[in-house]
Order: sequence, then structure tokens, then C-alpha cells
Amino acid sequence: MRDLRVVRGGREVLHGLSFDVPQGAVLGLLGPSGCGKTTLMRALVGVQIVQSGTVTVLGEPAGSRGLRRRVGYATQSPAVYTDLSVTENLRYFASVLGAPRGDVARVIDEVGLGRSRDQVVATLSGGQLNRANLAVALLGSPELLVLDEPTVGLDPVLRQELWELFRELADRGTTLVVSSHVMDEAGRTDRLLLMREGQILADGAPGALRERTGADDLEGAFLHLITERAGSPS
Amino acid sequence: MSLSITLATTRRILAQLKNDHRTLAMLVGVPSLLMILLRYVFDQPVLFDRIGPMLLGLFPFLIMFIVTSVATLRERTGGTLERLMTMPTGKLDLLLGYALAFGLVTLVQVGVVLLISLTWLGLDLAGSLTSLVVVAVLDALLGMALGLFASAFARTEFQAVQFMPAFVLPQLLLCGLIVPRGDMASWLEAISAVLPLTYAVEGMREISLHPSLTGDLAVDIAVIAGFTVVALVLGAATLRRRTT
Repeated sequence: MRDLRVVRGGREVLHGLSFDVPQGAVLGLLGPSGCGKTTLMRALVGVQIVQSGTVTVLGEPAGSRGLRRRVGYATQSPAVYTDLSVTENLRYFASVLGAPRGDVARVIDEVGLGRSRDQVVATLSGGQLNRANLAVALLGSPELLVLDEPTVGLDPVLRQELWELFRELADRGTTLVVSSHVMDEAGRTDRLLLMREGQILADGAPGALRERTGADDLEGAFLHLITERAGSPS
Repeated sequence: MSLSITLATTRRILAQLKNDHRTLAMLVGVPSLLMILLRYVFDQPVLFDRIGPMLLGLFPFLIMFIVTSVATLRERTGGTLERLMTMPTGKLDLLLGYALAFGLVTLVQVGVVLLISLTWLGLDLAGSLTSLVVVAVLDALLGMALGLFASAFARTEFQAVQFMPAFVLPQLLLCGLIVPRGDMASWLEAISAVLPLTYAVEGMREISLHPSLTGDLAVDIAVIAGFTVVALVLGAATLRRRTT
């Protein structure tokens, strides 16, 4: 991503962002709500109208036709049909993607929705709904997964399980971009982009960020970076 | 565009309807009920023979307009449209998927209403059944296409539902069902000549009066099909892959 600028509602919300993600890495996007995480992810997937800058995904411009099977995207608010069952939803999206036959069962298993597979989505709990939404993004084993707050509303055990799944996918060569506003999740990523008000505050491995700022935890590192930036003349 | 995605979309929409028993019952039950009421309100077979077929064209149009405008608005606001646009779905796959699913529903709807009308209610139809079913399905697709287009201008379901009276009721007043078009002031008649519902209702009247395919009916069918295609193209233009 090179010098990405996005204007929404007459206001520039991303102010010239540049970064690279190596293949097979888990990149965390961390920052308060409204800092531009979602807009950044939408630009990666190619559904965001951008003002300027270039976004290249797997060697092609973001949103190109060739990427539509290679990139999986899960929005923060679940985009599934509430009047269909989990399986019916997955079957539909699988046939749109041309995913292999066994994929529906595989992704149900991966997100741990086996017991509610035949339940109508409208009757799922918030956490189950989130996982159903995530399952759609996993269909067809995309090479890049863009996941907007996939662990919101999940209990710690499930959150742990999902992060193990993300790690497993990355080990198999999938690149993941995962946003979160929970600091303790950030430690599980390979690389972290700390964002605030449409800018990247810091970009590095979680351990290196802690070291550089001298903070014990990432929350502290984040605060340190904000005060550092406010203090320096720009 | 891809046949398998189109058919998968049709199957998905039918599955949604199948899970929603109340909607399904109303899609078939309401037109039947209205037809029965109409028969006994007029209580004159001659009048019923004249008005009945026109309503057979009107019901599918009206119902598909409402159902499609709400259904596509739900796809837009629920994020599923955006999700499909990040996948290999073509706009045409989505539109044809809807057209096929709702076309099938219309066949069932018109079939049931026709069966009741021709047996119990004693409707006397001069024209052929086939042309009546063809025009009814075309009317449904026209309603669907206009509903799809209209949904682009609604931000909420409240607004979408109100497009029905806004888009449809003026056409209903002018289409010749209530007052024959020839009796209207000339400027009203001129307006009615460019409204699609006029041709939908007129086509049905032709079928109720003439046993064979008349030139007028052919013109009506062509105009309805033309309006449908234009509305579908305009509707497709409102399905965007990129948004702000």
C-alpha cells in the first residue's frame, strides 16, 4: 500500500498510508474506533473509493477480478442472510466462489459452529453470528484474509481458539490482516500497525514496539507513542 | 456472468422464501382473496370478466415491486451485496437470479389465482391461457425490475415501502383500469402512454377480449419487455462494487 488517501463525507480519513505485508504473516491493525481501520481494510479488499495512492494485493491492483477468489473478507457487522441457516448461507457463498464440496463442513468445523449448523442465523447469539460471518470468509481457502474485528463478543476460550486458527492458517502460507481494539490480542500478531486518526503511529513486531517505547505492555506502548508524537514538533 | 452463480442465487432466494412461511402464504393467498372479493363485490359476471384479467396482470406487478424493493434494500444495507461484490458474482448473475426466482413464484401465484378464477369464480376468458400466463409473468418481472431500481433510492425499509404508493398508485389511476384512458383529459392520456403499467393492464384486456394474438397485444408485450430491460439495466447500474 502506497500513500493511500481516502475521503469520506467530505473529510480525509486516511492521510497517506504506506506499508507492506509479507506473505504468511499475521498483521494486526490496532487503534481506537474511528481511526480508519475499517476504511483501510475496505481499501485492501477494493470496495472503497480511494482519493489517491495505490493498493497492490497479491501482485494485482486491489479489487481486480482475478482477486475475487483469492481474498476473503469478513466485515465487522455480519454480512450473512439472517433468514437462512448457517449451512444454507455457506452453501450459497461456496457455490458463488466455486469452492470445493467439502469446504462448507470444513469451515463450520474451523469456527466451531458444528452444533448450530442447521440453525437459522437470526436465532444465533452474537458470538455465533460473528463466527458464521468469519466462516464465509474462510471458504475457498483464500490466500489473503481480511478480518475486521473477528473476535468481538467472544468468550476468552473461543478467542484463544480463533487466534490458534489464524496462526495455523498463517503457517500454511495464508496472509492475514486482522483488526482489533483489544490490546492483549495484539501480542499474538507478527506485525502490528498502531493507528490513530487516519495515520500509522507505529509499525513493527509487538516485542520490538514494547522495547522501543520501554513500556511493559502494548497499552503502555500505545500511550507512549501518542504523547511522543504530541510532544514532537511536526 | 456465470450460470452456476445465477442458479445458486435463485436457489438461495427460494430457500429464503421457503423459510418464511408467512410471506409465501401471502404471496399466493392475498391475490386469491382479492379476486374472490372482487367477484362478489361486482356480482355481475360481465363486469368481472372485464376487470378480472386486468387484475391478474396487476397483482404480480404490485407484489413483486414491493418484495424486490425490500429484498434488495436488505441486501444493500445488510452488507450481503457488498460481500457478493467482493466475490466473483456478476451483477447480471444477481439480477437474473432474482428474476428467475421471482418468475417461478409468479407462475405459482398466477396459477393458483387462475385456477380459482376459472373454476369457482366462473371467469370467462376469450384469449388463450398461455398468453395470459406469459403477460402475467412479464408484468411480475417488470414490477421486479422497477422495484430493484427504486430500492437504490431508499435508505431505509420505511422509505422503500412508501415507494410502492409513490411509484405505483399514480400509474394505477392512469392505466385505464379505473377510468378508460380515452375518457381522460388529453394531457393525462399522454402521461399514461409513457407509464409501463398502462401496457401491462392493456395487454391483459386484449387477452380477455380477443381469442387470438392481436397486433395490439404484441405491441403491449414488446413495450412491457422493453421497460423491464431498461429498468434492469438502470438497476444494475445502481449495484456498485466500490462505494464511499
